Amino acid sequence: MIRVENLTVNYGAIRALDDVSVQANPGRVTAILGANGAGKSTLLRTISGLVAPKSGRVFFGDRSILSTSTENIARLGVAHVPEGRGVIYELTVEENLRLGAFASKVDIREGLEKQYTQFPVLGERRKKYCATLSGGERQMLAMARALISNPRVLLLDEPSLGLAPLVTSELMNLILELCHASDLTVLLVEQNAKSALRIAHDAVVLHLGTVVASGEADVIANDKNLRHYYLGLVQ
Amino acid sequence: MMSTFLASPIMHNIFAGLAQGVIYSLVALSLVIIWQSTHVLNFAQGAMAMFASYIGMTEIDRGLNYWFCLVVSLAVGFLFGGLTERILIRPLYGKPEINAIVVTVGFLGVIEAVAQAIWTSTTRNIATPLSQIYFHDQGRVVLLSPFVLFQFGLALGIMALVAVLFRFTNLGLKLRASALAPEVARLLGVRVNRMLTIGWMLSAGVGVVAAVIVASGSFGLYPSDMDGILIAGFIAAVVGGLDSPVGAVIGGLLIGIAEQFVLAYWSADLASLGGLIILVVALMIRPQGIFAKSVGRRV
Repeated sequence: MIRVENLTVNYGAIRALDDVSVQANPGRVTAILGANGAGKSTLLRTISGLVAPKSGRVFFGDRSILSTSTENIARLGVAHVPEGRGVIYELTVEENLRLGAFASKVDIREGLEKQYTQFPVLGERRKKYCATLSGGERQMLAMARALISNPRVLLLDEPSLGLAPLVTSELMNLILELCHASDLTVLLVEQNAKSALRIAHDAVVLHLGTVVASGEADVIANDKNLRHYYLGLVQ
Repeated sequence: MMSTFLASPIMHNIFAGLAQGVIYSLVALSLVIIWQSTHVLNFAQGAMAMFASYIGMTEIDRGLNYWFCLVVSLAVGFLFGGLTERILIRPLYGKPEINAIVVTVGFLGVIEAVAQAIWTSTTRNIATPLSQIYFHDQGRVVLLSPFVLFQFGLALGIMALVAVLFRFTNLGLKLRASALAPEVARLLGVRVNRMLTIGWMLSAGVGVVAAVIVASGSFGLYPSDMDGILIAGFIAAVVGGLDSPVGAVIGGLLIGIAEQFVLAYWSADLASLGGLIILVVALMIRPQGIFAKSVGRRV
């Protein structure tokens, strides 16, 4: 569903991504792993059209989206939950959700009802300003806002950041569930390799802008060298 | 009893202050709409409104209907605001703030010069269908006329419309999201550039309402008729908090009343001092503006 070929991105003199190729398929969670500065967020931001690459290609299905605007990529059905979740604090829960529905033709009322059923806590707080929500609730809201438009691709940038281990674990289960239930293509960027590998089908390991490994998540998770040198996982 | 109260000196000054204040409020509101969406202080706001009101109102002598001219002025204002954003302002995004200041101050000069070239600097009086003769009660003047009441109603109506639009409509939600978090809005499929243009159109429209009221009042229509009002509107916006539409409206009313009291009890020459006094006091107590939401977001 999402195919990135030979992507190179520069920030001024710094090379953020160097000849990166990644493929993510429907009904599968593809984890993008690596340390700080590996280029994980840059990869998602390039797919969404927020960053213009120096060279390479990005496809949504068979369609090249390299010169498509961010707004139109969102309207194609690519929902991007940015790092820090992108919840707008000065708006209420419901306003944030309504905003998410504009990218598609879904009926706003039906969409809201569906998300409130999925995330009852958001329904209880629909009139509250987002600044008053807890970290976990904000993450729920960010997920609900992405899902309300019935996307085909979900780009998640560090969803576990700042969440308690139990909440992270619930969140990962939810991501896997959604992925299977609606045949979503999920690209999951995580520093928390352990949590991500628990649910991922495929994994890509980035290091300083280059792909050092990619393949089935089980294989990556069991590779002693990768675990030690790139994923920060102790035996 | 009631009538003597309405005709009392204090109410005299309050009515006069409010009549001027609603004009400041409208200008301040229009500046805040632009500031919120694009972080540009538009020094040409008053001149743009003046120009639109000239195009709409100048032919009124030929017997055109006042309400029709008002609508034409508004339409010209919307168009002018949108075009200005597209052509002059868009290249300035992401550049140092001084660029926008230089461009909008320059634009102010250009618009006024063009207006003088086309219409000369002679004042035109705009005939209004509503009487501007003050009400009398038991031989004493009450400083309200049908036109002043219409002026209050129009200003309040516009403010309410703006509030409803931003608070309760999908368009308003997209406008607010684009201003608060442009990148997130784009990721959600909101056409942020279009929202910025619409913000400028709305803002220019609100400014035009102020300019039409000014042109229809006793001072008439002339190319620099909005200069002093823009300054007072700026002060009102700063006093209220540049990110607060409610603050802009209240700031405008405060300054109108303050000027009127200085004029009445001190000296007419010092009237504009009233606004400056409020500004100094407000900046000493709450430098971010009385109704500003947070200090944290200031840059």
